[in-house]
Amino acid sequence: MEKKLRRAMMFMPGNNPSMLQNAGIYGADTVIFDLEDAVAISEKDAARHLVHNAIKYFNYPCEVAIRINHIQTPYGVDDLKVVLAAKPDLIRLPKAESPRDIEEVDAIISEAESRYSFAPGSINMMAAVETAKGLRNAYEIATASPRMVALAIGGEDFIADLKTTRSKDGKELFVPRSQLLLAARAAGIDAIDTVFADINDEETFIAEVNLIKQLGFDGKSVINPRQVRIVHQIFTPTEKEIAQAGRVIAAYNAAIERNSGVINLDGKMIDTPMVLRAERVLAYAKSVKK
Amino acid sequence: MINAAGRIIPDQITGVAQVRPYAGPFATIPTGRMVGPKIRVNKPRSEKIVKSIEQAIEAAGLKDGMTISFHHHFRNGDYVLNLVVAAIAKKGIKGLTLAPSSLNDINEAIIPFIEQGVITAIETSGGRGKLGRLMTSGKLAKPAVIRSHGGRARAIEAGDLKLDVAFIGAPCCDSYGNMNGINGRSACGSMGYAMVDAAYAEKVVAITDNLVPYPAYPISIPQTQVDFIVVLDSIGDSQGIASGALRISRDPRELLIAEYAAGVIEHSGYFKEGWSLQLGSGGASLAAAKFIKEKMLAQGIAASFGVGGITAPFVDMLEQGLIKTIFDVQDFDLPSIESLKNNPNHLEMSASYYANPHSGGPIVNNLDVVILSATEVDVDFNVNVITDSNGVIMGASGGHSDTAAGANLAIVVAPLLRGRLPMVLDKVNTIVTPGETVDVIVTERGIAVNPRRTDLTENFKGIGLPVMSIHDLQRLAYDMAGKPEPIAVSDEVVAVIEYRDGTIIDVVRKPL
Amino acid sequence: MPKLLKAAQAGSVESTDILIMVAPAETGAGIKIELVSPTVQQYGEQIKNVIISTLIAHGIEDATVHANDKGALNFTIEARVTTAISRALS
Repeated sequence: MEKKLRRAMMFMPGNNPSMLQNAGIYGADTVIFDLEDAVAISEKDAARHLVHNAIKYFNYPCEVAIRINHIQTPYGVDDLKVVLAAKPDLIRLPKAESPRDIEEVDAIISEAESRYSFAPGSINMMAAVETAKGLRNAYEIATASPRMVALAIGGEDFIADLKTTRSKDGKELFVPRSQLLLAARAAGIDAIDTVFADINDEETFIAEVNLIKQLGFDGKSVINPRQVRIVHQIFTPTEKEIAQAGRVIAAYNAAIERNSGVINLDGKMIDTPMVLRAERVLAYAKSVKK
Repeated sequence: MINAAGRIIPDQITGVAQVRPYAGPFATIPTGRMVGPKIRVNKPRSEKIVKSIEQAIEAAGLKDGMTISFHHHFRNGDYVLNLVVAAIAKKGIKGLTLAPSSLNDINEAIIPFIEQGVITAIETSGGRGKLGRLMTSGKLAKPAVIRSHGGRARAIEAGDLKLDVAFIGAPCCDSYGNMNGINGRSACGSMGYAMVDAAYAEKVVAITDNLVPYPAYPISIPQTQVDFIVVLDSIGDSQGIASGALRISRDPRELLIAEYAAGVIEHSGYFKEGWSLQLGSGGASLAAAKFIKEKMLAQGIAASFGVGGITAPFVDMLEQGLIKTIFDVQDFDLPSIESLKNNPNHLEMSASYYANPHSGGPIVNNLDVVILSATEVDVDFNVNVITDSNGVIMGASGGHSDTAAGANLAIVVAPLLRGRLPMVLDKVNTIVTPGETVDVIVTERGIAVNPRRTDLTENFKGIGLPVMSIHDLQRLAYDMAGKPEPIAVSDEVVAVIEYRDGTIIDVVRKPL
Repeated sequence: MPKLLKAAQAGSVESTDILIMVAPAETGAGIKIELVSPTVQQYGEQIKNVIISTLIAHGIEDATVHANDKGALNFTIEARVTTAISRALS
């Protein structure tokens, strides 16, 4: 199966009809309908119904995720009860601190899949790690359910938990980001970076996206369609990279056909990591051409 | 009769001497001669300054049934039109035709005088709010006549619209009537629309709050065309005349539309060194400047000239050398006025130079690309910018049909849905710009190319733009909103939409 | 058969939303809808039909509904009616 890209995962407030109906037009790899922070306590019920209906009515051209309220709050279970009937692609759990959180949500999803006759395992999960405690358990969280496809870091809460403030270059997040990435990579799932709140500060945003790409992240949570364009541009491989990746894959395929153990390109040996990287480059390139 | 745009037009319309149906954008060949005011004389040392508007009205010989004109550069800060109409009412003059280049919300103040019969007919570019509703109500003695900016200039020069007295708000004026719009606390920038009125009206009254020592310069309207001058404390509210720099929208949907429009331009075949453009002041149209600018910088392309309706983003491109010259008929913000004042490459032009089709050729004929907005389009690419979805007048014709006809590539930008209303209909409620002059329609969900433009369809292949047929675009809208029921209208014609050549392209019927 | 216990509302008067107010009505009174909408000519009947079918889908056959529409699409109208019903039932 082709690798699903999650370069820009765009949050949309769950109780806003206009944003929900237009969520699909901005090219984000994933839209996340938010039932948590973007929805007032008194409107949680309304947002659930609206998000459920949006998914039911519209054929979004991208992955559709829902950020539910934490499963230990009075809202998390009710969120799942209403929205799972619409079969979202992905449930995003905020403030994951232990594998138990994941298992609890997993069980509710499994029950819904059977009730609505969805294919078992068809609804994925991801979790946002937003505390030091959660980060210590990141690998266990990432592997707590086969539904888990990504770990995200929730920066603002994390920084509060660290008892520091956010700096322009994000040095305070360097270790947490790296640790989260290691946990996600060890578990074989995606690593997604935190949101960047000042949508008018394009310069710092661009620097941050370049940084997290270099760290190895698969993508970034974004809060505005204008940020989608920038994330995609930065994650788009250059023509030269694409051409080189194409040549690596061709040499690899030719070697397989010849049953040859050693693969050479331009006098250099090609190993498995190079092939995997080339595959990633081509996957990004393909999604851009689309 | 049915005109060439497929619209049923009554054979006779009150107030229209001869109903000439629209026959195609360039099908009607003009005949006859241009008109002009009666020859006048002003001896040396004569005094043009009079004490009040009332005195000017008397001196100009304004009488019942005559036609008065104004220019709309003061936008929502305009005091002149309201003050003059109130003064006319005080004098007991009735049955006038009001023929301003356009009307603004602030001019709602004259509604009582319309109800009292001081004004009984309106010929202009359009109307919003209460004035729009009044024009739609059928309360005028005859249907309102809606003309484009080029169409109005043509009508004046051809004698179809005969101006008896033109009242011209002058931000800067000397004692003999030389004036410009760039100096003074009521500065509005270009006086392009007023230039035609000054040249053709029987009597011209300048109204200023900034009388300067002779000679005022630069001269936008010369003393040779001016009969009387009134000096007031204030002719406008500078806050309402020009805003601070118009900024590019941050609305993501408008930006997406703008990005698609810029993509359309880039691949149209016209985007090359020396090209020319006009951008509207509407959200998506203005936002396109941002993306076009990026592409011009990246590809090292400069435009030979830009036309408008000028705004700060346009001025910015002039200052960066991305546009070599600007031709300016109206200014929307302070940076544009400053630019007209200070930048020798920023030129003022008249409405006639801008868009009059029956001339040696207006500058719209030289345009490569124009981006226009719309309230509705239809599957035949016709555009409505004048009536809302309930058939009420709420917009102005402006330069829409003029630039669409003139430019090589006329792009219409609009959201696919406004609220629940689909923007692509089977038939627009009112045609202002005929579909045969519209090349591409750009929405946030798809781009439709006029089937006449097979060259463009070819150019847009394989470049990643969501090009589709206009019917598929309509289907996208209907899938979301459902098919709208048509609105009910009566037989009563309340407004006539004149095409730029003087033929009738559509009428507005009173909604039920 | 569920019955509305009290008046309740959901939605808003923001653009592209709809404010739905439902109130109980006597058994047999049927569904009465008062609709205010900028697109009443084009979509009035369709909007009312969505409101009625949503009420019926929840087993409500008697209700007074006041709807203040700001250009909402069906998915929103249905969601707002559903929320209003659930609030009126509790």
